[in-house]
Amino acid sequence: MYLYDDLDRALLDDRVAEFRDQVARRISGELTEDEFKPLRLMNGVYLQLHAYMLRVCIPYGTLSSPQLRMLAHVARRYDRGYGHFTTRQNIQFNWIKLDELPDAIADLGKVGVHGMQTSGNCVRNITTDQWAGAAPDEIEDPRIFAEILRQHLTMHPEFSFLPRKFKIALTASAHDRAAIRVHDIGLRMHRNGAGETGFEVVVGGGLGRTPYVGKTINPFLHKRDLLSYVEAILRVYNQFGRRDNIYKARIKILVHELGAEAFGKEVEAEWRQIKDGPLALDAATIADIASRFSYPDYARLADDPTELSQARQTDKRFDTWLGNSVANHKQPGYAIVTLSLKPEGAPPGDATADQMDAIADLADKYSFGEIRVGHEQNLVLPHVAQHDLPALWRALDALGVATPNVGLVSDIIACPGLDYCSLANTRSIPVAQELTRRFRDLSLARDLGRLHINISGCINACGHHHVGHIGLLGVEKNGEEYFQVSIGGRADEKAGLGTLLGPAVPYAEVADVVEDIVAAYLELRERPDEIFLHTVERVGVEPFKERVYATR
Amino acid sequence: MTAPQQQKLKITGPVVVTANRLGDGAVVYLDVQGGWTTSLAAAAVTTKVDEARALLMQGLADDINAVGAYIAPVLRSPDGVLTPGNLREQIRLHGPTVALPGAAGM
Ligand code: SF4
Repeated sequence: MYLYDDLDRALLDDRVAEFRDQVARRISGELTEDEFKPLRLMNGVYLQLHAYMLRVCIPYGTLSSPQLRMLAHVARRYDRGYGHFTTRQNIQFNWIKLDELPDAIADLGKVGVHGMQTSGNCVRNITTDQWAGAAPDEIEDPRIFAEILRQHLTMHPEFSFLPRKFKIALTASAHDRAAIRVHDIGLRMHRNGAGETGFEVVVGGGLGRTPYVGKTINPFLHKRDLLSYVEAILRVYNQFGRRDNIYKARIKILVHELGAEAFGKEVEAEWRQIKDGPLALDAATIADIASRFSYPDYARLADDPTELSQARQTDKRFDTWLGNSVANHKQPGYAIVTLSLKPEGAPPGDATADQMDAIADLADKYSFGEIRVGHEQNLVLPHVAQHDLPALWRALDALGVATPNVGLVSDIIACPGLDYCSLANTRSIPVAQELTRRFRDLSLARDLGRLHINISGCINACGHHHVGHIGLLGVEKNGEEYFQVSIGGRADEKAGLGTLLGPAVPYAEVADVVEDIVAAYLELRERPDEIFLHTVERVGVEPFKERVYATR
Repeated sequence: MTAPQQQKLKITGPVVVTANRLGDGAVVYLDVQGGWTTSLAAAAVTTKVDEARALLMQGLADDINAVGAYIAPVLRSPDGVLTPGNLREQIRLHGPTVALPGAAGM
């Protein structure tokens, strides 16, 4: 956990007081909506289809148990008893009243949580691997560098009005769980030949209307230079990014139009002027930030304790869950546990206040008070002693967050869509719900293996449909809901965009189409362990296309 | 941006003026008295471009009670009952088409 200092707290207190005043002036009519809108957006307050929505930032997806309890409190006291975890490692509350927003934001501020920079053309929540600090293959905890960036880029005057919003993601593991290649800046920590630690710097990735996988402009940046180099990228973007056309304003367009090489040269030129200045990170600065993260006081435990093997033998359901939702930890005797927020028939990523409270209690009991939010819209208890897994599983099962479908066909990523979002073309949630019903047979889901379905209700791609193994994009045709279907996308270290199968299909047929694609895969795969993505890579999209459109 | 009074309005059937209530974002409709109502049945309806524009101007002029007024299509049954003219407006009026999680859904 990162411990916030007085500066953070003072900043939040000031912001709450300021926002309270702004809301009062809006309600009295002193501020018009045109004047008020940018002010509320700066605090994460949107006006959606039928209510205000508050988006709360969860820096690098790490929550303490008191923070999660506070989210539960806000959901219960000011909202309708639930919240929605997003693909940005944020949480959204859907029903908050304007005059109660200052109180809600003040309550959140008590635990160091806020909605600043969750909207507007600034640097948004910096995201990272939800297994940070726990993953066995991690080089260093990427959250230390996410925090260094967060501190520098929070209310940074030069970067508060960029041409467009800006998203940074980091990973420090070989397997990319943070989708860094589809962010404005992606940072992959690795070691060079000399054994030094640094970052591959990827720029210009992004989804939305014009999707791109990012390009590497620096294969190895020493960690000392992280801040100055990111500053240089932002300066080049701030200067050359287009402000005349919102659809061309993201850095990905600039990188595409200039070419990655030319863009990289601009960054280098800018960087040379500042690299040895105050932004250079010395070891002491990094150590200082690192020291503000508290790490669990692990017990000395052995892997595979007897309690665990006994439970595996006696309870098939437990064994299945363990195989699906529990991953190796860097510390012997511990494990990383994913909590599925994708039970059959439920909106992906939603959790009730009661669930949040109970999960906070379980985190205290079993995971050193830590909870993580992953971009797949699931939660994680990152540091669980293996001998506690049977007891934890029983509690999670009772809460409805132990569906053993993590990474499987029913672990669907979906944006809120037209049920909430004022920008939507189509609904997303009911499509996800129907698909979880169609694939409710978990042994079939396991047989299918890793298969990611991503659903977005419009071209803004909050559901990351371009990088879904199966991606569904809602479009409107003559007032009706239709979906474009693509396959073969992926968000990991080999990130790539899916290929569109053909004409959009009507809402009512989407689940049938997905079933057809899955049936085709089962026929086409060479071996049971050839996952969907590999089959698509091997045979191409044609056989799937034929299957889907043969009878339509 | 073109001011609303200069925008071309195309109306193919009955329309109302709708917005979100300032205090809680609830969906409201301009009524015949010039106030806002959450009941679609009480909304002022027109099929005429000039009237629709006048209603819109009236709605936009009230920046304190409602936010973001615009013209939305409605359907009128033979016995005069109004229903929203498209899915977006249906969801605005009736709420999400899915059950809300936990107690909220009961
Ligand atoms: S993808 Fe579109 S519909 Fe879905 S949440 Fe984003 S803006 Fe809304």
